[in-house]
Amino acid sequence: MTEPRKFRYIGRHRRAVEHRRFVVGKGRYAADIQLQGLLHVAIVASPHAHAKIISIDTAAALAMPGVHAVLTGEELNVNTEAMLPGVDAPQVKRYPLAHGVARYSGEWVVAIVAESRALAEDAAELVEVEYEPLPHIVDPEQALQADAPLVHAANGSNVIFQRVFNWGEVDAHFAAAPHKLSYRARWARSSTVPIETFAVSAWSNDATGILDVWASIQMPKFPDQLARALRMPGNAVRVHFDVDVGGSYGVKRGLKHAVLVGYLARKTGRPVRFIEDRLENMRGGDMQGPDRIFDVTLAFDGRGIIRSMRMRAVDDVGAYAGRSPLQLGKPVGAIIGPYRIASVQYEAISVMTNKTPQEAVRGFGQAPTNYAIETGIDKVARYLNMDRIELRLRNLIGKDEFPYLIPSGTTYDSGDYATVLGKALDAAPLAEIEKERDALRARGQLAGIGISTCLEPSGGNSAFEPLFNPKNQTTTWMDSCLIRIDLNESITALMGTSTSGQAHETLVSTVVGEVLDREPDSIRVLHADSLNALPSNSPVGSRMAIMLGGAAAGAAKKLRAKLMRIAAHNLGLPESELVYQDGNIAAKTEPAKRLTWGQLVEIAHRKIHQMPKGDEPGLQEKFVLEVPTGGKLPTADGRVQMYPCHSFETHLVLASLDPQTCKVTVHRYVCGHDCGVMISPDVVHGMTYGGIAHGLGAALMEKFAFSDDGQLLSGTFMDYLLPSSMEVPSISIVDHCTPSPLTEFGQKGSGEAGYLGGPAAIASAINDALAPVGASIDALPMTPYALWHALARAEKNSS
Amino acid sequence: MSKIKLTSIAIKVNGVVREAQVEPRTTLVDFLRDTLFLTGTHIGCEHGVCGACSVLVDGDPVRSCCMFAVQADGLSVTTVEGLAPERGKLSAIQDAFCEKHAMQCGYCTPGMLIACHALVERNPHPDEAAIREAISGNLCRCTGYQQIVDAVKHATGAKSGAHD
Ligand code: FES
Ligand code: FES
Repeated sequence: MTEPRKFRYIGRHRRAVEHRRFVVGKGRYAADIQLQGLLHVAIVASPHAHAKIISIDTAAALAMPGVHAVLTGEELNVNTEAMLPGVDAPQVKRYPLAHGVARYSGEWVVAIVAESRALAEDAAELVEVEYEPLPHIVDPEQALQADAPLVHAANGSNVIFQRVFNWGEVDAHFAAAPHKLSYRARWARSSTVPIETFAVSAWSNDATGILDVWASIQMPKFPDQLARALRMPGNAVRVHFDVDVGGSYGVKRGLKHAVLVGYLARKTGRPVRFIEDRLENMRGGDMQGPDRIFDVTLAFDGRGIIRSMRMRAVDDVGAYAGRSPLQLGKPVGAIIGPYRIASVQYEAISVMTNKTPQEAVRGFGQAPTNYAIETGIDKVARYLNMDRIELRLRNLIGKDEFPYLIPSGTTYDSGDYATVLGKALDAAPLAEIEKERDALRARGQLAGIGISTCLEPSGGNSAFEPLFNPKNQTTTWMDSCLIRIDLNESITALMGTSTSGQAHETLVSTVVGEVLDREPDSIRVLHADSLNALPSNSPVGSRMAIMLGGAAAGAAKKLRAKLMRIAAHNLGLPESELVYQDGNIAAKTEPAKRLTWGQLVEIAHRKIHQMPKGDEPGLQEKFVLEVPTGGKLPTADGRVQMYPCHSFETHLVLASLDPQTCKVTVHRYVCGHDCGVMISPDVVHGMTYGGIAHGLGAALMEKFAFSDDGQLLSGTFMDYLLPSSMEVPSISIVDHCTPSPLTEFGQKGSGEAGYLGGPAAIASAINDALAPVGASIDALPMTPYALWHALARAEKNSS
Repeated sequence: MSKIKLTSIAIKVNGVVREAQVEPRTTLVDFLRDTLFLTGTHIGCEHGVCGACSVLVDGDPVRSCCMFAVQADGLSVTTVEGLAPERGKLSAIQDAFCEKHAMQCGYCTPGMLIACHALVERNPHPDEAAIREAISGNLCRCTGYQQIVDAVKHATGAKSGAHD
C-alpha cells in the first residue's frame, strides 16, 4: 500500500460515543458501582523501608462495632498464590499484604473491612504492629554492589534480570569509528498518575460460586491472573469490563488490590470495595514508573554517521516486580530509534531496591530509551559542531529503505521520517522560532530550541516475554471482536476489555460502520465481561487501532461476505455481479433487482429455506486477530520481531529559563506525527496532546523522590507536580500519513504518542539554552533546583 | 456502630432541597456521591489540588472534598448532573466539549465543566489566557488541556486551535 485509501467514515471528525455520558456525569467508574451491603477497606501500611514484622495486634480493631474483618498476610498468604514477576525469579514473591518482612515504606501490612471507609480508617488506627527495622537500600547502583542489603534474601541478589545482547559487529564498528562519545543519562522515577486512583469492588455469590469484580483496570490477562491467585477456576471469576476507567496510560494493573478485595469478599460474604486514597495510590499502589540510569557510548565518523552504540541501562524496579523488568525489553524493538545504526550492544539490568514497585508506564520503557538515544544525538552534533537537524537527516532511515531490519531483529514496517521532520520545521517555521529564541536571549533569558525524532512501536505484541524469560513461550497477543446484527436490523459489537480514555466504542463503531457501510452512530459497542468475552490483551502497547480495529474489521467483513452470499443466492446472480451499498445489495446492471438491509437480515433470522447451503442462521461473526508479524520466538542471540508497526514523531520546542529563578517556560511546541491512517483524528490528536503534556511533566516537574531512609517525599499533588493548563503550552500538531502495509486500513498505533519524543525534545531545548553559558544537564526532571545546580556547576568550572 | 452524633442539614442540590442526617466529618463530595448517589462528581486527591470534585456552591466553583456537608447547609449546590438546561439537552459548554473532543477518560470532565461554566458566567467571551487561568486549578492527565481550551472557545464564539 502506498497511497492512503479513501474512506467514508474513517479519518473524519465525529463526536466520540463515550463523551455523551461523560459530560452529563453518567460515566460509570469503578467507584460509582452501587452494591447492596457494601463494605469498605482501609489499609495499615509499613512506615519502614525494610523491616521485620515482629507482631501484629488486631484485637482492638476487630472489637470495634462496624468492623467485619481484619486481615494480615499470615492468613492471606497461605490462602492465595503469590503474584510472580514477568522474568524468571521465582523467589521474588509478592502478595497483597506483607508477611514477615515489609520491603518498602507504604507496603500494605493489614487490611480492615468495615461498614464505612471512615470506620475502617478509625479501626486502622487501633492496629498495633511491632517492627524491627532492617538494613535497607534505596540507591540502584549501590543495590548492585555485592555487600548491599538484600531486598529479597531468597533471591540471593538484588538483580532480578540482567543480560548483555550483542547485535551485529559492535567491536569491529567501534574499532573502525574515528570518534566515540560516552555519556550518562538519567530518567527519574515518575509515572502516569491518573486522576482516578485505583478502585475495585468484588462480590462473591455463594450459590453460583461466581466472584464478580468491577475494577479500574487496564491489564492483559487480568481475570486469569486473578483467578489463579485466588485459587479459583477461571470460570468462577467474572471481571466486568463495562467500567469506565479514569485514565491509566499503562499503570492501572491493580492485581494485588483485586486479590485482596476478592479474598475479603469471599471471606465476609459481603460485597467489598477498596478505593485508594491519593497517598495510598502514590506510595503503596505499586504504580511508579521506570527509574533508569543509561550509560551510552556512540561510535561515529566525522560526518556524523553513527555506526554503533553500546548502551547499559540500569532500571530500579523497586521492592517487587510484576511486568516491570520487561520494560527494558520492549525498547529492544526500536533500540536504534529512527536511525541507521548498524550494530548495538545492549545490557539490560533490573535491580530491586526498598522502594515502591514499578509498573508499566505509557510506552512500556520506550520513552526513557528514546530520551537516552536523543541525548546522544544532540551530543554528537555538539561534539562535531554540526547542526542537530542536519545530523539527524544524515542518520534517519530513508523512506525507500523500508521494510527496514534493525540489528536486534525487528523490521520497521514503513515511514518517511525526513518528510515529517521537514513538515514540522516548515510549520513552525524554524526561522521564526530562531528569531524568537534570539529575542528571548536579547532579553537576558537563557533560551533554546529543542528537537527530537523518535519512534512509537505499536500493535502491542508480547515478544519481550520470551526474550526476557526463556520459560515463557508466549508468541501470541491476540485481540477480538464479536458482531451481531439483530432481527430489528441494528448492529452490536462486543469487545473484551475495558477502556481508559481511548474511545474504543468510537473506534469499533467507526470501523464496523466503514466495512458494513452503515452509520457508525447507529452501531452499539459494548464491553463484555470476562466470562463472555473473546480473548483480549487489553489496550496496552499502542495496539487497539491495529488490533481491536483489525478484529472489528475482520468480523464485519465476515458479516458482509455472508450478506453477499445470501443476496447472491436469493437474486440468482454470482457475487461478482452484485454491488453492496449502505447495507443493501443490488444487481450491478439492474439496480431494481435488489435486497435491502432489512430483507437480508430477515432472511438470515427467519427464513432458513432462503439461506444458502452451509450458512448458519442468524447474523453473528467473531474474529480473533493475531498480531501482524507475530508468532516467532527470539533467536539465541536475542533477536526478535517486537511490535509490528512503527509510528514516527518529531518535536520542535522553544523554551527558556529565567537565569535568576530557573523557572522554565515553553514558548512554542510543534509536533510532526505520522501514525499511518488515523481512524479517529480527534482521538489521535487528543492522545498526542496529552502525551506531550505528560512528557513535559516527566521532563520538568514530576518525580517520586525518596529520602535516604526510603520514605516517599512526594506522595501528594502538592509535591508530585502534574502539569496544569498554565505549564502546558499551546501545541500544534502536523500530521503526515505513511500507511502501514501490515494493517487493515493502513493504521498504526498512537496511544503513546507525544510522550515518546517529548521529554527528549524539552531536554534538548534546555541544553541548547544552557550551552552558551557552558552548562548542561542530562538528568530528568529538570526542575528549577536541578537547573540552578547545573548553572552553579558551570559557573564554578569557569572560574 | 459509630457513636458520632449526626447533624441535620438541608442543601439545595441541582434545584431540589435535600434533607439528611450526616456525620459532621462527612465531606460534601462524599455526601453527594454516597448519600445522594450523584456520582458524576469525582474524587482525585481529597486535598484540594486536582479539582475533580468541583461543584458550584451558590454559583462559585468550590472543591467539595475540602468542604464538609454541614458547611453547605442552607446553600445551593450544582453538580455536573445539574448543568444541562433540561433532561436530554446539553449546555453550550457540554456540547462544545463533545464537539471538540475535550475529554478522553472523562474523569476530570465534571470538574472541568464546572470550572468552565463558572468562567462563562462571569466572562461570556474569555480569551485563551482567561480560559487557561479558569481551568488551571483542574488537573487533566489525558488531554494536555488543548481541546478543552478549544471547546470553551468554540462555545463562546472565539476562534479555536489547530485542528478545526
Ligand atoms: S478531589 Fe477535591 S481537589 Fe482533588
Ligand atoms: S479526560 Fe482523563 S483526566 Fe481529563
